Amino acid sequence: MTQKTKLRPSFKDAVADIPDGSTIGIAGFAMPGTPFNLLKALMEHGAKRLILVANTTGGAQQPRMPDIGMLVENGQVAKVICAFTAATRPTDVLPFTKYYESGEVDAELVPQGTLAERLRAAGAGIPAFYTPTAVGTELAAGRETRVIDGREYLLEYALKLDYALVRARTADAAGNLRFHRSQRNFNPVMATAAACTLAEIEEPVLPIGGIDPDDVHVPGIYVHRLVQVPAEPEGIWPTKRQERRR
Amino acid sequence: MSEVRGLTRQQMADRVAREFQDGWIVNLGVGIPTMCSNTDIGDCDITYHSENGVIGYGPVAAAGEEDLNLVNAGGQNVTLRPGAAIVHHADSFGVIRGGRIDATVMGAYQVSMTGDFANWKLKGQKGGGIGGAMDLAAGAKRVFIILEHVTRNGVPRLVESCDLPVTARRVVTLVATNCGLFEPTGSGFLLREIAPGLTVDDVRASTGGLLTVSDGLREIDVGATS
Repeated sequence: MTQKTKLRPSFKDAVADIPDGSTIGIAGFAMPGTPFNLLKALMEHGAKRLILVANTTGGAQQPRMPDIGMLVENGQVAKVICAFTAATRPTDVLPFTKYYESGEVDAELVPQGTLAERLRAAGAGIPAFYTPTAVGTELAAGRETRVIDGREYLLEYALKLDYALVRARTADAAGNLRFHRSQRNFNPVMATAAACTLAEIEEPVLPIGGIDPDDVHVPGIYVHRLVQVPAEPEGIWPTKRQERRR
Repeated sequence: MSEVRGLTRQQMADRVAREFQDGWIVNLGVGIPTMCSNTDIGDCDITYHSENGVIGYGPVAAAGEEDLNLVNAGGQNVTLRPGAAIVHHADSFGVIRGGRIDATVMGAYQVSMTGDFANWKLKGQKGGGIGGAMDLAAGAKRVFIILEHVTRNGVPRLVESCDLPVTARRVVTLVATNCGLFEPTGSGFLLREIAPGLTVDDVRASTGGLLTVSDGLREIDVGATS
């Protein structure tokens, strides 16, 4: 039996069937591992009422890259589940924040580690778990807690995705992924949490078996569509961040 | 009240960094805490952990030598020390909640005398920026806070109880401000070390909540700092 390649001809082709109302994980932490090209394609595709899951909505850094804020500005987003609805520094303003404050877009604010674990749990068949994070804060108000071995824990639920958009350095045509440096971040847990994972790949996609099984970071069983990132200017690549002047 | 200056931002970071012990695993928050990695702490071997799964990062990369796929939690292009390892986000927070972080250093808007602190949401703000702060506060063995002693309007940031939404309760073990080094004691703040040029009365006047003074009160050593 022959394995078929998962390589798609374009980002447009890869996102073409994403329906309105989908829950989509957008991987990445700062620039590394962020699927800029798939985000741009999703913007051009135009699916609406999306629920997006990501660390942050982006846009605080210059130069600005495709980010969730742009999808929001494009009228495609109903809700974002994230660890930041505002920047860490109060002086930085995220483009998303004004849409959230005006009520045009909803948000669920989740501690970063809880977000990662909710995704991991979804991929691992664990419906819920207890964590010490956020106990005693307003996030825990009215929610179920439990004392285990003398410490209070907060109940958190798994977070399943319809789609995950990820970015990796290397892939083989079977969808096995390998990341470079801090590119890994949310990518593996988003891939395992999703019913369908779309991956943009930086290096030329290898033939099936081109990554040694010991070196695979995300098994191809979790990855459904691959797209090769073209060279600039057609493809979008991380750039050096411009330092703020304070 | 006369203007209180005291320590610079780097001197605050230096004072906290000198608490680090050989072999510790440390997570530094964005802003002033990042400056702890500039401090010369001699032969102390510290492993710096970053929320995005980098265990054992080194100094910021030199211009032209950045790897654009390698950042710390503040998004700076850093380097890796020999022996570094990289894990995914869920495993990275497993390191945090699993109790492997010896100390986390964070900035804050307020710290209370019971060791609560607030750093994710301003008064009246909808939403906020939590990031990894709640996980770090709940998971790290020690929570060190660095902050300016008062707000720009002169309002104390060391308070009886936080009126901003807290990040975690009863976790802060040490606080460095431009005025000194403090421990929340439950019923007040213990002043352990004081910034050069300040008096205890200066510090007391700008502290909300009871200030007690350590029997061995010392001036903060700023001579040997970077």
